[in-house]
Amino acid sequence: MIKQYTDIFNNSGPVPVTEIPVLHYQQFCSLVTGLLKDETRHCMAYYATGTSENIQLICCIGDDSGKKISLVSHLLPRHVRSLESLTPGCPQLHIFEREIHERTGISFIGHPWLKPVRFSHDRYDRTRAMNDYPFYEIEGEELHEVGVGPVHAGIIEPGHFRFICNGEKVLHLEIHLGYQHRGIEKLFRGKRNGLEMSLASESIAGDTSVGHALAHSQLAESLAGIEIPESIQIERCIALELERIAVHIGDTAALCGDVAYQLGQVVCEALRTTVINTTQLWCGNRFGKGLVRPGGTNYPLTDKVAEAILKVLDDSGKRYQEITDRIYSLPSLLGRFEDIGTVTRNQAMSAGAVGMAARSCGIERDTRASHPFQYYRKYAIKPVIYLTGDVLSRGLLRAAEVRASVSIIKDLISVWSNVSRDCHRPVYNLPLKSDSFALSVVEGWRGEILHSALTGTGGILEHYYIKDPSLHNWMALALAVRNQEISDFPVCNKSFNLSYCGNDL
Amino acid sequence: MAGILLILLAAVFFPGIILRTRSVVSGRKGPGIFQPVKDLFVLFRKGSVFSSTTGIIFRIAPAVSLASVLCAALVLPFGNAGSLISFEGDFIYFSYMIALGKFFAIIGALDTGSSFEGMGANREAFFSMLVEPAFFILMATFAMFTGYTSFSEIFGSFLITDNAHLVIFTVMGIWLFIQTALVETSRVPVDDPKTHLELTMIHEVMILDNSGFDKALIHIVTYLKSAIYGSLIFNVLVPSGMVLWMQLILFIIVQVLFAIVIGLTESFRARNKMNKNPKFILAISAVAWMAFVVALILTHKFIG
Repeated sequence: MIKQYTDIFNNSGPVPVTEIPVLHYQQFCSLVTGLLKDETRHCMAYYATGTSENIQLICCIGDDSGKKISLVSHLLPRHVRSLESLTPGCPQLHIFEREIHERTGISFIGHPWLKPVRFSHDRYDRTRAMNDYPFYEIEGEELHEVGVGPVHAGIIEPGHFRFICNGEKVLHLEIHLGYQHRGIEKLFRGKRNGLEMSLASESIAGDTSVGHALAHSQLAESLAGIEIPESIQIERCIALELERIAVHIGDTAALCGDVAYQLGQVVCEALRTTVINTTQLWCGNRFGKGLVRPGGTNYPLTDKVAEAILKVLDDSGKRYQEITDRIYSLPSLLGRFEDIGTVTRNQAMSAGAVGMAARSCGIERDTRASHPFQYYRKYAIKPVIYLTGDVLSRGLLRAAEVRASVSIIKDLISVWSNVSRDCHRPVYNLPLKSDSFALSVVEGWRGEILHSALTGTGGILEHYYIKDPSLHNWMALALAVRNQEISDFPVCNKSFNLSYCGNDL
Repeated sequence: MAGILLILLAAVFFPGIILRTRSVVSGRKGPGIFQPVKDLFVLFRKGSVFSSTTGIIFRIAPAVSLASVLCAALVLPFGNAGSLISFEGDFIYFSYMIALGKFFAIIGALDTGSSFEGMGANREAFFSMLVEPAFFILMATFAMFTGYTSFSEIFGSFLITDNAHLVIFTVMGIWLFIQTALVETSRVPVDDPKTHLELTMIHEVMILDNSGFDKALIHIVTYLKSAIYGSLIFNVLVPSGMVLWMQLILFIIVQVLFAIVIGLTESFRARNKMNKNPKFILAISAVAWMAFVVALILTHKFIG
């Protein structure tokens, strides 16, 4: 019997492309459906790569409990134009099949919603344009449509939201993104200059610079087969947690701002500034750009910076605790957050939600614990879980994660002060292993970030695949606002705070 | 005459004081008191842009709103100086002059054909309808209590009647006027004048298409309304027999305190969920109704 799938660990080194089992589509379907039936597994990535003759579909299924990632693949000749869709059985695959359809033109028969994801420049069907997106429509006397965006009143990214409402109640929301598409995956293909790639990775989603830069650096190191010193691993974890703290505090401010609670907004905005300023003290950039690089670091943590971090976390951590205690006990705010935008566990499960969106409705999905990377392999994390799945639970989750991250950083700094510090400089010309596949998973503040690459002869990057957690979670937002009041949409949207450019790439 | 002049004067300071209160409370330096008025001058110097889908209604709506609010202010008295015009039942005239302005703002918003503005107009019409009984029941209570039906006479004889229960009505009247003002001038917790989120707006979303000169007129209407409600509170609170300079000082104090109260409310609470607004507004009417029943009993018109 041939091996049906390969199990790999996150960041465990390159897998020769030939070792990924290639199955018949029937087998592929039944295997993927079978694996995803288990609630502890979810699809981390499913994408198409290929040559001029063949297209290879690669599916990476992560096991939330077993630390393993299963690779399954299917090879089909270019002339095959249609396949049976897996979405009816596994709804979480809907976005991946849409993406594959958009890029390769393969039709998935039976897919209920085979619409463009982002109108990429290199899409297969050039006849379709952004302005004739096939919106879902409902006929009815009482119903009306409200279109919001792509240009918004605030300083948010472009994206179009089409509501079908009955009076103030939202029956359906369709989210149409793609306005931010820059073709960032293409920037990696065929590149040899590591600095160029690092810079590109930091800009995949501006609010997750550290997360994406770490995912990229990990991938490069994994393809090169090198392991970086422990002290740098710890520093990377500290940077990742600092980013988490800063963004969570900023989101709390934005949540308060949306419901016109001035006190919470201004206090949290001020606290966020103290945290990002500490990141700036460390690496010169408030968003951690330049901090994480493959093979080493330009900004090794110093005792002075470590002390500054501890001081800020002590002070701002305590204040954040005080203000969140107040925010989440004030009746006028609870009235705005409680039972608003609820996503049930089942909905999140079938949408394949990851990260905060999943943890706020009882799904224990935290890749720091399930697929540990960097120093988390030695430092066990206990994921923070809330059960109700409403705006309040996402708010409380942020507060709890900030508390958790503060204690993680404190622990990591005390470990760091006792390890030997190898000061490696970044290596921008890492020799990548040829004909290999590698993937790297990082738990950014929003959730699971996955970068995956395939190299050709001579270690040239032939395919680079990026998945921001937003790709999974936008669907959860669309489900959350159903039967809610349209005036509650902004606060629901803010509670997820998904990335537009992370989705659009 | 003094009444309307003082209202105009108060309207100049009012928005600035609210803004200042919010800034100070949130630990910011904030803009100066006159910033909103300076912004008006900027807007006055700009031209207006009209969408091609709008018609004559959209163009005249801001001017009609301003005119109607100014007309409404004419009947408000100031101490024993009385009001510029006064006749029996002028509080009904006052209420419907304000409603007329609002009506034009609503049809002006509908005229744009935008789904946002339609939503805002819908909300504004609904909430205005709900807040109307509160004002009328309160004024009816005052009318019954004093035996007069015009603002000047009601407030003129307000404290002359030697009735200890009057203090209850004063407190209730002030509370009701503050709450009504929050609804009428689109402040937190009913509306959020600072938000940028079109989907949650009530008043602000109706004026999305207005620009330049027209936008300035609409802002003036809001400022005037705040000052008008401040003036009503002053009239309920301060006896008309007082000497003029004392009344002037008290007028300023009342207006400033009113603005500070609004600023503080906006700093320390969140706004209502949209479907809580009707309940919030109906509660105002309910309190007015209670005042009315109590007045009936006290004046022995209800039982024996």
